[in-house]
Amino acid sequence: MSSPSSALRAGSDPYHLGHHNEWIGTEPEYTGARSGGPAPKRIVVGYGFWIFILSDVIMFSVLFASYAVLAGNRAGGLGPRDLFDLRDTAAETALLLLSSFMCGMASLAVAWRNQLWTQITLFITGLLGAGFLALEAREFTHLVSIGAGPTRSAFLSAFFTLVGCHGIHVTVGLLWLGTMMAQLLTKGFRENIRHRFLCFTLFWHALDIIWVGIFSLVYLIGTILP
Amino acid sequence: MHILGKLTWDAVPFDQPVAMVGAAVVIIVVVGVAALVLAKGYLPYLWREWITSVDHKRIGIMYCILALLMLARAFIDALMMRAQQAVAFHAPGYLPPEHFDQIFSAHGTLMIFFVAMPFVIGLMNFAVPLQLGVRDVAFPTLNSVSFWLTATGALLVNLSLVAGEFSRTGWLPYPPLSELAYSPDVGVDYYCWAIEISGIGTLITGINFVTTILKTRAPGMHYTRMPMFCWTSLASCLLIVAAFPILTATLAMLLLDRYAGFHFFTDTAGGNSMLFMNLIWAWGHLEVYILILPAFGVYSEVVSTFAAKPLFGYRSMVIATMAICLISFMVWLHHFFTMGAGGDVNAAFGIASMIIAIPTGVKIFNWMFTMYGGRVRFTSAMLWAIGFMVSFVIGGLTGVMLAMPTADFELHNSLFLVAHFHNVIITGVIFGVFAGYSYWFPKAFGFVLDETLGKWAFWLWFIGFWVAWGPGYALGLEGMTRRLQRYDVAEWRPLLLLAAVGVLIMLAGILVQLLQLAVSIRTRAQRRDLTGDPWNGRNLEWAVASPPPHFNFAVLPQVNNQEPYWDMKQRAIDSGHLQTPEPHYEPIVMPRNSATGFVCAVFATVTGFALIWHIWWLVLLGLAGAYATFVVFAWRDVQEHIIPADEVARLDRANRAARSQALSRMRADELVVHE
Ligand code: HEM
Ligand SMILES: [Cu+2]
Repeated sequence: MSSPSSALRAGSDPYHLGHHNEWIGTEPEYTGARSGGPAPKRIVVGYGFWIFILSDVIMFSVLFASYAVLAGNRAGGLGPRDLFDLRDTAAETALLLLSSFMCGMASLAVAWRNQLWTQITLFITGLLGAGFLALEAREFTHLVSIGAGPTRSAFLSAFFTLVGCHGIHVTVGLLWLGTMMAQLLTKGFRENIRHRFLCFTLFWHALDIIWVGIFSLVYLIGTILP
Repeated sequence: MHILGKLTWDAVPFDQPVAMVGAAVVIIVVVGVAALVLAKGYLPYLWREWITSVDHKRIGIMYCILALLMLARAFIDALMMRAQQAVAFHAPGYLPPEHFDQIFSAHGTLMIFFVAMPFVIGLMNFAVPLQLGVRDVAFPTLNSVSFWLTATGALLVNLSLVAGEFSRTGWLPYPPLSELAYSPDVGVDYYCWAIEISGIGTLITGINFVTTILKTRAPGMHYTRMPMFCWTSLASCLLIVAAFPILTATLAMLLLDRYAGFHFFTDTAGGNSMLFMNLIWAWGHLEVYILILPAFGVYSEVVSTFAAKPLFGYRSMVIATMAICLISFMVWLHHFFTMGAGGDVNAAFGIASMIIAIPTGVKIFNWMFTMYGGRVRFTSAMLWAIGFMVSFVIGGLTGVMLAMPTADFELHNSLFLVAHFHNVIITGVIFGVFAGYSYWFPKAFGFVLDETLGKWAFWLWFIGFWVAWGPGYALGLEGMTRRLQRYDVAEWRPLLLLAAVGVLIMLAGILVQLLQLAVSIRTRAQRRDLTGDPWNGRNLEWAVASPPPHFNFAVLPQVNNQEPYWDMKQRAIDSGHLQTPEPHYEPIVMPRNSATGFVCAVFATVTGFALIWHIWWLVLLGLAGAYATFVVFAWRDVQEHIIPADEVARLDRANRAARSQALSRMRADELVVHE
């Protein structure tokens, strides 16, 4: 019971995340359990990145709150109903969600250590992400061209900032994705590369969740409510 | 458009003598230090051992040095303000309004972001991994990035002395004053970019330490066995993770208003400056707890060590810490009771604010009961702690007064408020980091600071503080508002003169601290800490040599209770087995040095400066550089180096020998006492 290898015996939950009581008094080393010494690198990296995502979500929640406060302040200009086109946004949503799905496929490919499929699925992930960005850029330029740019009213400032900040995140994600693909290609499925890939997938999926928030709170509610 | 954006020779304050002196000092110090380092050939050493170091102890020390340097700068600002107010009775004084305004803004900004924060984070860096019984933080290279980004922010604030001007809008840039329409120069931009960049560093620190504390502890260290300083650091870092993104987003919105004509906080096109108030204080109130909680942790360590007793009410202390952490989310509105929220809302926030006094009171009682019945040693660290307890109660009580909305309508923006927050910040945070400084200094450098001078420094600071800020309370009650460049109320004059004397006494305290450092370094041979345990300490940081080896622990310690090192010592003394059997040494894998943090900060400085002056090509260059740095970092193949087992054994054997001698001495003492 006290040998470190017993941690692995059950097979299903080698690090005993969330189960601590049974460990008190047995203290095996290096399992990552509550009192068992430092957690392995994989856990530490993933955990740290989760906390980063949490902080990023808080930043978005500030932008959401500002949007909610300022959404009514249109300074005599147009409002959500006049400006948003749900068909475009639906397409954007579809692209982003599919991209996330592809990213999930890539995780499987990495788990199988299949370089070809990893590269293919990641490439599609990126392509779909780029498609999303293109649609968003089109929406933005259209708004600006009809005089509904971010400087027009507080509502539009908040809108462009919230949606644009998500867009910037997607852009950074694409940069990361490119770097990641190159690394996987040149360095193979080395441990630290896999850790980074894990973080990338977390990031990419988190952007989806933010987008779902934007889609519902900004676009859907905006076009439904007066 | 100009190739250097808005930057021209006009930016250098040739026409303002006082500002020019400031600029000259900055240039002389920077150039002087650089020249000295190059001439003496220190650069390779500095580069290898410090600048590229990812060792948490080194990074912690660098944070503290940065804080001390910025303390000097911001204290000079305080001296200048106090001097101005001493002479500006019915007179313009020597500082024109636009310069005075820059000084209080720079003073507040520097003190909060580049003195208190780096000092607290520095102590955390130094002590937390040692107390947890591990070899480094979760992400060592990112830790170095954090430090260097903080240094970038400090550099940018000080660059504003040379090129352009600093913000005149106070330590928090309230709109609409901070909007382009009313603050068209680069001052607010310096402020915002400095804080944005250093804020990213702070956020990374928060993430790093939450992960470190929750995921990497020595075997056997449950949550309820963690030293108090680790608990308070955890609480503080949780608050960092929750609060700093708010600051980043809020300042980003202000920047968008200023740079791109957005309307978040403007008073045109539907902007709403109350949105800024709410957001900035949603961060700002958490910030004060980010600063004070680790200081509470230091006091807990110091009091229990020097009372030679375990901390009284450990669990209640943990609960109080986490309660403060939680309730502090619900009080931000007390910073603007007067701004029209209405009676009900004000009452709710007032009551929530007063409730925080309860867990804080619990802590004060716990420290007192820790001392009660103990054999208290009045070392300088202990004096800082006692001075804190006495003074902080007063600061806390005036805080409760301010938390009453009705009273706050009178006291808001008066010197009473300013006296209150200096009371809690100086006698709370600053005394705390000074206590930590004298407590952990021997651990960091291997010799003890001079105690006599340390006690002098304490008394000068303590008396100086009350002489400077006692009158502040009175002035506030007499109706003096804050940030006054000149005044013509005769009753204020004697009190302001007294306050100026107080600042001079504090200045004497700082000079004594410098002297203490100089004397202690010169006489370090006699004040060596050979055992690694100069204070008869209780937690794991004292179980390693002073200074600790690069890898901290030759073998990770096994923790069996709340005070693992004290326990080890007691068992050794009781059993007479002064030497535990030698462990089996294995090679240790440590992270390699990395220039990533430093290079990143160079690009961040370039980018920040270019953004402030609208030099767009340079912005792109800086960002590309930062990205390239990360790619290069990501590409490296060897991230770790290995310390061979015999090297580990050699270092550890020396430490064990010194320690067992010390233990036998203690045992002898103990026998004498029993007879
Ligand atoms: C060391 C002794 C210190 C002295 C003598 C001092 C003095 C002053 C003075 C004279 C003012 C301006 C008061 C006014 O508005 O009329 C001020 C403002 C301020 N101080 Fe200090 N201070 C000291 C330390 C600190 C520390 C340690 C901190 C924080 C860590 C701090 C934070 C601030 C802040 C935030 C302001 C407000 C600036 C503003 O109005 O925006 N000070 N201080
Ligand atoms: Cu507050």
